[in-house]
Amino acid sequence: MMNNTRRGVLAAVAAGALAFTAAACGGDEAPAAAPSAGGSAAPAEKIEITLNTFGGGENFAYDDAVAQWNAANPNVQVKYVNLTDRFEDTYLPQVLQWLEAGSGAGDIIAMDEGAMGLMAARPQYFADLGQYGLDSRKADYPAFKYDVGVNTEGKLFALGTDIGGMAMCYRTDLFEKAGLPTNRDEVSKLWPTWNDYLEVGKKFKAKVPDAGFVDGANTVYNSVLAQEAGKNGGLYYFDKNQGLVVDKNPGVKAAFDYVQSLSTAGLTAKLRSWSEEWNTAMQKGGFATMGCPSWMLGVISGTSGDSNAKKWDVAAVPGGSGNWGGSWLMVPSQSKHPKEAADVLNFLTGKDGQVAAFKEGGNFPSAIPAQQDPTVADAKNAYFNDAPSGPIFAASVAKLAPVFFGEKHAQVKAAVEEVLVGADQGSVKWDEAWTRFVEEGVKAAG
Amino acid sequence: MSLSVDAGARTRTVPPGPRRHARPPGGRRLLSWLDLRAAPYFFVSPYFILFAIFGIFPLIFTAWVSLHDWQLAGDKTFIGFENYSELLVDDKFWNAVLNTVGIFVIATVPQLLLALLLANALNKKLRGRLVLRLSVLAPLITSVVAVAVVFTQLYGRDYGLVNWVLGGFGVDPIHWQNEKWSSWIAIATMIDWRWTGYNAIIYLAAMQTIPKDLYEAAAIDGASPRRQFWGITVPLLKPTIIFTVIVSTIGGFTLFAEPVMFGAGLMTGGTTGQFQTVAMFIVKEGFRDFQYGYAAAAAWILFLLIMITALINFAIVRGIGRSR
Repeated sequence: MMNNTRRGVLAAVAAGALAFTAAACGGDEAPAAAPSAGGSAAPAEKIEITLNTFGGGENFAYDDAVAQWNAANPNVQVKYVNLTDRFEDTYLPQVLQWLEAGSGAGDIIAMDEGAMGLMAARPQYFADLGQYGLDSRKADYPAFKYDVGVNTEGKLFALGTDIGGMAMCYRTDLFEKAGLPTNRDEVSKLWPTWNDYLEVGKKFKAKVPDAGFVDGANTVYNSVLAQEAGKNGGLYYFDKNQGLVVDKNPGVKAAFDYVQSLSTAGLTAKLRSWSEEWNTAMQKGGFATMGCPSWMLGVISGTSGDSNAKKWDVAAVPGGSGNWGGSWLMVPSQSKHPKEAADVLNFLTGKDGQVAAFKEGGNFPSAIPAQQDPTVADAKNAYFNDAPSGPIFAASVAKLAPVFFGEKHAQVKAAVEEVLVGADQGSVKWDEAWTRFVEEGVKAAG
Repeated sequence: MSLSVDAGARTRTVPPGPRRHARPPGGRRLLSWLDLRAAPYFFVSPYFILFAIFGIFPLIFTAWVSLHDWQLAGDKTFIGFENYSELLVDDKFWNAVLNTVGIFVIATVPQLLLALLLANALNKKLRGRLVLRLSVLAPLITSVVAVAVVFTQLYGRDYGLVNWVLGGFGVDPIHWQNEKWSSWIAIATMIDWRWTGYNAIIYLAAMQTIPKDLYEAAAIDGASPRRQFWGITVPLLKPTIIFTVIVSTIGGFTLFAEPVMFGAGLMTGGTTGQFQTVAMFIVKEGFRDFQYGYAAAAAWILFLLIMITALINFAIVRGIGRSR
């Protein structure tokens, strides 16, 4: 009953808002001159731009950035709505339904890396940002971040917000026990390549047999794959015609083989990321290293707690580059104000927007000017012995080659990594693992 | 019956007045007919309207979707029964069915037997009976996710309590998620912990409706308590047992939260689908891979499986005590 009344009120409000936007739209067409980002020109009507994001905690950390914009642009007000903390099972299906229905989505929507291949394959649903001059932002981004925002029709439909990057987190207490150096520069020098990393692992394991050298299969696999993909035309599981190349891409096989060599040497703690065991092992020193995107620092400090402060540190990742995670903003073509939405998008993904988000939520910027801003470049992480996190992560993404995500990238990735975890944990035999890996990839591609 | 008597009485007692004459007699008859025949339907209609919107419509729409290659924000082509024929030869789907049935059997059979024995014990004269009865029901009010999280920690490979205790007997640590048997047992214990008390209370309520003189007569004839339990209690509880079996069947076949939490929140149910249930399979196909048509077909097959299993269970349980 209460629900019904509330829904009624909501419907009335929605109807009112609709009438309002329709009026605003009509008013807009007459003067022809569009409102500018600076807010100097004053259009007759006030416009509201809805920004939809996802994520828990600070999520996109746009409170400050949105307040800055709204203060400077009284006629284009941004409404920042974080829809849910669950991307995969709530946000993405909801957005897809809105896109299909042709209404409901915000004027700007945020998208996680995992769904970028899917969105790039649906150019009909998104505004061409090049039309609003945003392709001039290309120079701001590392190539691989920019190129993911170009869809299958070759048009720019999304610009990057934050980025994961990749470093190697390690426990100084366990390294000390193994007689390895603990200073982060010396540790980085231990493993210029992945083979060196393997050798260090063997030395570690000989001294400290009851802890794993690395947590499990996932982060290492993804780091190696990101580097190998660059050597193989930027391909992961699909070629640019959406053909499945999971079995043909030498980069995939190389990453698979490397994980196998780590696992069969007994260097992994056989843990699955995000499992209860993984959390506990992080607290109790169950493993010595793990692949660390920038946002993982928060996961480690949150999970390991104060009792482990200063026991973790951050070094460079073997091979020098890698990335896990990051998001993009895009304007659905159903938006009534694509021009203004593009302006807001430009601001949020620009230097000021990204620096504001870094200050508010620690989201590491993907735009190079923002990375070079002193706020980011001089940032140190107290939990990790004051590690200079800014330069470490900026370096890890600077040399990354552009990559291509297929439409079903997320599904194939999830399916094949499951086989890797299984082989690492023993439910799949290593000599059958590659066949199964390919089979699962083929099935997931549908 | 009683309704028409009421209404008749009311027509007779309507007071004579100007209103009565103002209305044409035909209209009044219609009103009274509406009052008599239509009002009851009107009063029960809210349930049926809601059921039509949230029950029947989704059911039919799901059937319609299942006949398509239906991708969310993508192509939708009518393909007839192709999803069904594909499903019937899909190893992963049958693996999920096997897991669901397996977990259902090893969870439900001991659970209902235990509940029956527990109810029988609680039906005796005991000190602090109310407290005992309430405490049996307590697990039910805990959140299913909380239960699953705690049990998943207990069954942890490296730091779990169960492995620690087993280690005391010299057993190597078991990776509970890694094998079918171990994961099924772990999930079955979560289900039993939560639902045994619930079923016990239902049995207990039913037991208290059995007349005492039946037991007295049996006791005079020299029947042992065990004989009384199997000869009187169980046969007379049959309708209740049928109810709990059908409810457990539905619950068991739509099992979802426990295995999801047990598998770190993923829909895959273990690295090789060791404990992926049909409900998880449907969510994975529909909301991870965005194959709505395929997921809809799986949902319909699940519906049919539940119906068939409930009927089989009904037939089996109806046979209880018949030989006696």
